[in-house]
Amino acid sequence: MERLRLVENPVDRLARSVEALLVIASKPLTVGELAAVTEEDEERVETALGLVAGRFREGRSGIVLEHVAGGYAFRAAREAADACARLVERPVQRGLTQAALETLAVVAYLGPVSRPEIARIRGVAADSAVAGLVERGLVSEAGREREGGAVRYEATPLFERVFGLTDRSELPELDELGGDVEELRSRLEDVAARRGA
Amino acid sequence: MAVAVRELPLDLDAFEGPFDLLLTLVLREELELRDVDVAEVVLAFVESRAERGELDLEACGEFLVLVAALLELKARGLFPDEGLDLEGLDPEEAAEELAERLAAYRRFRAAASWLDERLEAESDRFFRLGAAPLAPVPSRALAQQDPAQLAAALRALAVGSPEPSLRHLVLTYPPLARFLDRFRTLLRSRGRFAFDNEVDRLSRIEQIVAFLALLELRKRGEAQIAQAGPFEPITVWNVSAS
Repeated sequence: MERLRLVENPVDRLARSVEALLVIASKPLTVGELAAVTEEDEERVETALGLVAGRFREGRSGIVLEHVAGGYAFRAAREAADACARLVERPVQRGLTQAALETLAVVAYLGPVSRPEIARIRGVAADSAVAGLVERGLVSEAGREREGGAVRYEATPLFERVFGLTDRSELPELDELGGDVEELRSRLEDVAARRGA
Repeated sequence: MAVAVRELPLDLDAFEGPFDLLLTLVLREELELRDVDVAEVVLAFVESRAERGELDLEACGEFLVLVAALLELKARGLFPDEGLDLEGLDPEEAAEELAERLAAYRRFRAAASWLDERLEAESDRFFRLGAAPLAPVPSRALAQQDPAQLAAALRALAVGSPEPSLRHLVLTYPPLARFLDRFRTLLRSRGRFAFDNEVDRLSRIEQIVAFLALLELRKRGEAQIAQAGPFEPITVWNVSAS
């Protein structure tokens, strides 16, 4: 035993601590958080995370380490999804309506954003959709525009986790998603010209 | 579907024709928006959807954005003193505003579609989220049942239960005469006796009837009774003997 202890790589020991912390955490942990509680520097924690990721990956383990929502967390392997679906409900993801998804998109891209601003973009009141998203934990209040102003909302880390995003920079560029003003403008002008003819 | 919205036929007080012509005239300031009943436009759209028997979200979304923009322009026109930035919009600016509004909405609608697809792609990702509620246990389906057997079982359940027996609640009293005769015999033979000794082995009911018999003898003047105090022994004696 004494000999084994002498040859043990200290990063292995750190990797076991990181594993333990990720098991008991209820949210993704950042490298900084892991470094703080293990009293190690971030570089060594990243090395340890690399070891953990090698042990817990798709095809090798039922538990998979993922980099999500700005941190690291364990999730179930995809091959076990059917069994997982029979065990647990997923109330956050289930039954998101078109209105909820559109509202979520506005908040994710523009947040912090107020309900009147969301309503201005969507053309309909956003109160019900925002309330539903808050209840699901996908968006949360983020202060007011000014004292006495409208409450603003932003997407939560749970949003990133549910949608499997490392962070919001993984969202596609809004300008790439269509809605070209020039194209719409020319359409309107075409209509006007045709009608005017 | 957007074509369907644009070609929505309207028959309003101030305008008759398709929806896109209304937009054009408004944008060209050839029609005063204040004269347009936007509620009727909405009603016409809802009725057209109802006739089709379908709810096309894309068409609804585009229509809502257009109507919301019209309403806002109309509101700003009706309240020109509010100092709003769109006061006095020329047709060019109005068209720009409308195009910007539609473009913004379309981008977010596309973003919502992207999120929807992403959610679908990630549907096999499970992770712990605090205490996850357990999925409901699937209920086991009943085996094929014979209607006749079910009816028989229901008939058996519908039969009323038998009347419960109350026999154990009925109190049976021994006849008073039995104790009257017994005490008269004792008084004649002994002239005096201790009541407690005579009823000591009797049941509570019999003791009560025996005491009533004693009181009856006293009432008829056939016996005298004496007791030193409450719960003390009762002595009975023959009146004629004393």
